[in-house]
Parts: sequence; C-alpha cells; structure tokens
Amino acid sequence: MSVTVEIERRDSRPAKPEWICPSCKDGARLADVRGNLFVCPYCGFHTRITAGERIRQLADPESFSELWPFVRTLDPLGFTDLEAYPDRVREAQAKTGLAEAIVTGSATIEGNACVLAVMDFGFLGGSMGSVVGEKLWRSAELAAAQDLPLVAVCSSGGARMQEGVLSLMQMAKTSCAVDVVNEAGTPFVAVLVDPCTGGVVASFATLADICIAEPGAKLYFSGPRVIQQTTREALPEGFSTAERNLELGHLDAVVPRKELKTKVGNYLRLLEGGDTPERRDTRRARGRSKRGLAQATADGARAIAALAWRSFVGGSGEAPGPPEEASAREETP
Amino acid sequence: MEKLQGRLKRLQHEKRRRDAWLTVEIARHRDRPRTRDYIATLIDGFEELKGDRLRADDPAIVGGIGWFGDRAVLVVGHQKGRTLDEQTVHNFGMARPEGYRKAQRLFSLAERHALPVLTFVDTPGAYPGVAAEEGGQARAIAETMLKMARLTVPVVATVIGEGGSGGALALAVADRVLMQENATYSVISPEGCAAILWRDAAFAPQAAEALHPTASQLYELGVVEKVVEEPRGGAHNNPEAAAAKVGEAIGAALAELDQVEPETRRARRRERFRRLGVWAEPDAGGTVLSAIPDMRP
Ligand SMILES: [Zn+2]
Repeated sequence: MSVTVEIERRDSRPAKPEWICPSCKDGARLADVRGNLFVCPYCGFHTRITAGERIRQLADPESFSELWPFVRTLDPLGFTDLEAYPDRVREAQAKTGLAEAIVTGSATIEGNACVLAVMDFGFLGGSMGSVVGEKLWRSAELAAAQDLPLVAVCSSGGARMQEGVLSLMQMAKTSCAVDVVNEAGTPFVAVLVDPCTGGVVASFATLADICIAEPGAKLYFSGPRVIQQTTREALPEGFSTAERNLELGHLDAVVPRKELKTKVGNYLRLLEGGDTPERRDTRRARGRSKRGLAQATADGARAIAALAWRSFVGGSGEAPGPPEEASAREETP
Repeated sequence: MEKLQGRLKRLQHEKRRRDAWLTVEIARHRDRPRTRDYIATLIDGFEELKGDRLRADDPAIVGGIGWFGDRAVLVVGHQKGRTLDEQTVHNFGMARPEGYRKAQRLFSLAERHALPVLTFVDTPGAYPGVAAEEGGQARAIAETMLKMARLTVPVVATVIGEGGSGGALALAVADRVLMQENATYSVISPEGCAAILWRDAAFAPQAAEALHPTASQLYELGVVEKVVEEPRGGAHNNPEAAAAKVGEAIGAALAELDQVEPETRRARRRERFRRLGVWAEPDAGGTVLSAIPDMRP
C-alpha cells in the first residue's frame, strides 16, 4: 500500500512544489491541495485555511452573503507596544483582505438556512477584540430573531491584548450571546479548528449545543508554554489535540474536513427537528418568551432585523468585501 | 520651548507608567485583605459550603452563605492566602475546573432560594496546569459566565486585588461591578503581555501602562460602575476601613438592584455586557454609529 502512495507522490510531485505540507514536508501542486480542501494528500494533515476558503467549503455555492462588513476596529486604549495597534490592524487587513478576524453572514449549509460566523487565524492570530464580540453578538441576535441556527467556526489565539480589558469583556459578551440563542431555542453548532485557544475556547465556542473539531486541532485555554513556565509539568502525549479532547469528553466528535459540511448539515436538520408540528410549536413558544424578555430590556427593544441588514443593504465605499482569494497560509500569531 | 514641552511630556509619561506599576504592586501586596478577610468583616454567621458535587473541593475559590446586614446572601470569591503555607493551600487563588464548578453549583443554590450573590475577585488567573486543562478548564469558565448571566437574583462583584483574565471574569458577570481603588483588572498580566508583545517580561511596567488595568481607567471604559476608595497607601494599611467602604458600596448596589424585577435584572445584565466594547460602523453616510458606551447608573 505504501508503495502505491510512493509512486503517486513521485508522479504528481512538481519540479518546484507550489505547496509544501507543514507536517510531512512533501510538496504538491496547489490545485491538487485545494481540490483536497487543503488537507495534505499524503499525510492527511489539516492545514489552516482562511475564512474565505472555509466559507467556500462549508456554505452551499453562492449562498453566503456577508453581514456587517463595516464594523471597524478602533484603538480605545491608544495601545502601542513595539508597534502601534492601528498599524497592526492595517497590516492584518492588507495581508488578509479582511476587515477583522471574523466574517459573518447568512448562508445555507446542505440546504439549511443559518447564520454563519467564521474566524480567521490569519488576522492577528484570530484574536477576539470588540469587533469579533460585536459581530458574534449580532449573529446570535439575528439567529434568535429569525429562528435560524447559528454555526460558528472558531479559531483563535485568544483575546486581543491591545484592547485591554475590553477584549476580556468579549468573553462575557459572547457567553451572553449564547444565552440569547439558547433562549430562542435555535441550534448552535461550533466547529473548533486549529488552533482554538484562550478566551474563545473559554467562552462561546465550548458553550455550543454541539461542539466538534477538525483532526489534529489544538484546543486549550492555557497553552503548553504557559503551563511549562508556571508549573514545569511534563505534557502528556497528544496534549490538547482534538483527539485527546474527544477522549476526555470535551467534544462531540472529531470530524475530518471532507465530512464537515455533511455533518453540520445533519446536525442542523436533526436539531431543527424535521417538520413535525409539535417540535415547531415548542420552538415557537420558546421564541415568544424570548421576545418578551427582549422587550423587558430597557433600551434593548430596537428593531433587531433592521439593524442587522442596514450595513449590508446600505453598504458602499471602501470597506473590504468578502474574501475572494482563498489560499492556505501558515501563520504564526 | 519645544524641547521643554517634549521633556514635560516624557516626564508625564514616566509618571503614568510608575503609577500603573505601583497599582499593580499594591494590588498584589502580601498584606492586602483577601476574600476571607472581607467575609469576616462584612458577613455575619458565615457558613462555608464546599465542593463541586462532582469530584473535589477547590480551596482557590471559597463560598458560602451568611448575613449581609439583615439579609441572607451567597458569597463566592477567589482566595489567595497570605503566608506561604496558606498560599500553597489556596494555590495562590488560581482556580481549577472544580473551583468554577463549585461556583456554578453555589449560584444555582442562590437562584433556587432567591439569595443575592456577592462575589469577590482576586486571582492572577485560572490555574494553567495539565490536569486543569484536561479537566475542562475552558468550558468550566465559559459555563460559569453563562450561569451568572442567567441568574435572576441580584449579583454584585467586587474586584479586591488582582482581576486576572478569564479566571477573574468567570466570577464577575454581575449587575454591578465594583472595584477598589488599587485593584487591577486585565486581560493578561503585565508580565505575560510584555513577554508576548515586547518579547521580554522585563517590559512589564510598560505593558502595565499600556493595558490600562487600574480602577479609574476601567471606570472610564464603562467596565466597572464604581471605584471604591481605599485608605491612604492601600487597603492593607487599614483593612477595617477598607472593608467598611466595600460594604457600603455593596449595600448601595443591592439597594438599587432591589428596585428591579428579577427578569428585568437578568435582561439588563445581559445588555450591560452586550454594550461593552468599542468599535465604529460607518453607515452609508460615513458617520460613526457607536463609540464608548455609557452604562453607568
Ligand atoms: Zn503532509
């Protein structure tokens, strides 16, 4: 068997490889890798992909329309380390073609309408600042208001330090967003992809109804480096990998990228309860009590849907659109 | 003249840095009153309740019921300890999943019996160990926040020392967040931030200044509702007086929250966190739609 693989590899290996697997270091043509969803054709390593590529893989063709693309990062603390925060943001925008570390919108997955939020690790390590928190909140609010499921693909190095305590607050904000979705009784599926760490994994990502991960994804709150610096403990084999997390009971499943779309589609259909009137009525009833609560909020009773679609409909000008150019990247946070 | 102004600016800058670092040091001061000290002074007849009902009791988080004035309350807080022995027992206030699960089950108890919840925040952060990670630290923190968000009883959190990262926030999803004058509250420790962004932990004072972790700065950002005054030089100089001020502030917050219906309290708490964050959204006309929220009562 290994012989066949060897032969194939030699045949398809270009003189100067366009793509090199970060794991097995073998080279391949980019088109082949892309056709294989940016999973290494030789060793099965799941490389990190951009939000645009993720949407291309997960959403039904032409079904995704971006929402709130104009929500912009500010610099609330005037934060400067070796570089000023606004410069870091501009660089990340130029590098990724994204406005922020999350892309949100409406889509269908295997025919199931949903709100889709996808994080991009390439944008400042997928760090969660005010914009990520706000767009996640709006996604949750829209899902609740429209009785749509929420699907979030989570990848993050943690909180956006440059926004100080405000980035920490996004953990609470996104956890409250899960409360909004839960109360509406609409499904929430989280897909954790490499790496999903820090403030994201300790907030909305692990609060989903169904929480799955891609093979080999690293998932942790405190990373190996912090653990070793603080406790000097030896790390067990496979520490923090998706497979280890599955074994420990922290995940519902580890799903290869190739099966991801089908799986998520299945989950949504099952949680939506098919079309039995009883289950629909149950959801509607929950939806009503939810709306009652929303109105109790002093000034929370603004028109959710109107807010949600405004920037989308009225949008024009220089904001970067959805990412067209999809390619595999290797990033360091 | 320009040269002089430049020098003045540099001096002011240095002063800000020194002030930020001084606050960090006072917040971590060995003799600073801890959660148990505040319980001893402010809560009568305190009955400690231990355990997460699953597998363990985490001494890094203490909890129990007692009387705050004439009303029964639930108290939960990080406990750091003072002597080295105490600190070891309490793991320096760094909680493990069982600590957060203990908090959750105590919050449920409070909800069931309509007890207001008082929390005290004082931790460098959640414990970064292998067993903690593999025991579900991430979800334990997330669930604790969600649990707090769902309470209909009044919830008042007070940051009394170090408010370190998610481990601190897990006990601070409250209706009112109070913060002592010399406490800090931050997404990451200055040392940790310096190690990552400056690539050298020695730049901790610079990081402390940049992170804006002090009570007055957090008040400006709308993250805390009230800065609680401390005795001159810090709470450790007169713990009794410091506790009296904290008690006063908690009492005032509870009195306000009593005026609100339970479900509304919950909805407003959610709205409180919904508004935290600073971003801009230029609409079609190019105007900025949102900026620093104003949510103080
Ligand atoms: Zn490979």
